[in-house]
Amino acid sequence: MAKIVVDVMLKPEILDPQGKAVAAALPRLGFSFATDVRQGKRFEITIDGEPTAAQLAEVETAAEKLLSNPVIENFTVRVEK
Amino acid sequence: MKIGVVTFPGTLDDRDAARAVRYAGGEAVSLWHDDADLKGVDAVILPGGFSYGDYLRCGAISRFSPVMEPLIAAAQGGMPLLGICNGFQVLAEAHLLPGALTRNHELHFLCRDQKLTIEKTDTAWTSSFSKGQEILIPLKNGEGAYMCDDQTLAMLEGEGRIIARYVGENPNGSRNLIAGITNERGNIVGLMPHPEHAIDSLTGPSADGIGFFTSVLKAMVK
Repeated sequence: MAKIVVDVMLKPEILDPQGKAVAAALPRLGFSFATDVRQGKRFEITIDGEPTAAQLAEVETAAEKLLSNPVIENFTVRVEK
Repeated sequence: MKIGVVTFPGTLDDRDAARAVRYAGGEAVSLWHDDADLKGVDAVILPGGFSYGDYLRCGAISRFSPVMEPLIAAAQGGMPLLGICNGFQVLAEAHLLPGALTRNHELHFLCRDQKLTIEKTDTAWTSSFSKGQEILIPLKNGEGAYMCDDQTLAMLEGEGRIIARYVGENPNGSRNLIAGITNERGNIVGLMPHPEHAIDSLTGPSADGIGFFTSVLKAMVK
């Protein structure tokens, strides 16, 4: 069994009001480390056995078609050990 | 004239959309998301609501519903198709219209009466209006900020494909105050505010919204 992780983030030029709200909440709790926060989505996909190149290519296609909206988001695909 | 109104799980405004069709003098036909059957309708409305609970992204799951396959083919062939609010989000996810609808810039869910100007009147859904006409209809959404890249924005402006803009302060952060757009052919329109809630001054802020529904009936007679 392996886990494939797809991270989806808004493109840098797209305003992220949720990330901004989180960034504004941090100082209220006394945390002063953040100059910026961006919020995204993480998908954990479980498959049987080790992923093949063909399966990873399929995950890429699924990430492009369904998991992300290429108009506003970027994604990355990786296999988690 | 038969106008289909699609119901997805989580759709809210299908009844008001059907009522608006009847007010305008058309016959409203209920279409079900899980049936790949347009029941011989002449035009279709994707109404507002929270289809699939807005899971993943607004409209992202509805966009792959069985009804969408014949609907996309028909709309690409010229059948009039109007997406209101969540329906606009579905049209954007289906790439029938460019761009995307994202979280309102102040994060608030807005529910208020909103002034718009109608900028394009040669579409299937806006011919009953006059160019520059101001209308007042409800706006209610959490993810209504219209976003697209600079190139797409220049294309929409250059080709005059913005059908309506917000008047006054930008309510949600939409680029260039965009409230609604159309495709090149003018048969597909996406609109964030809700004309179907403003067809009678007894139940809405005005009766301005009826124009979208009378327009399509006129377009089909032609």
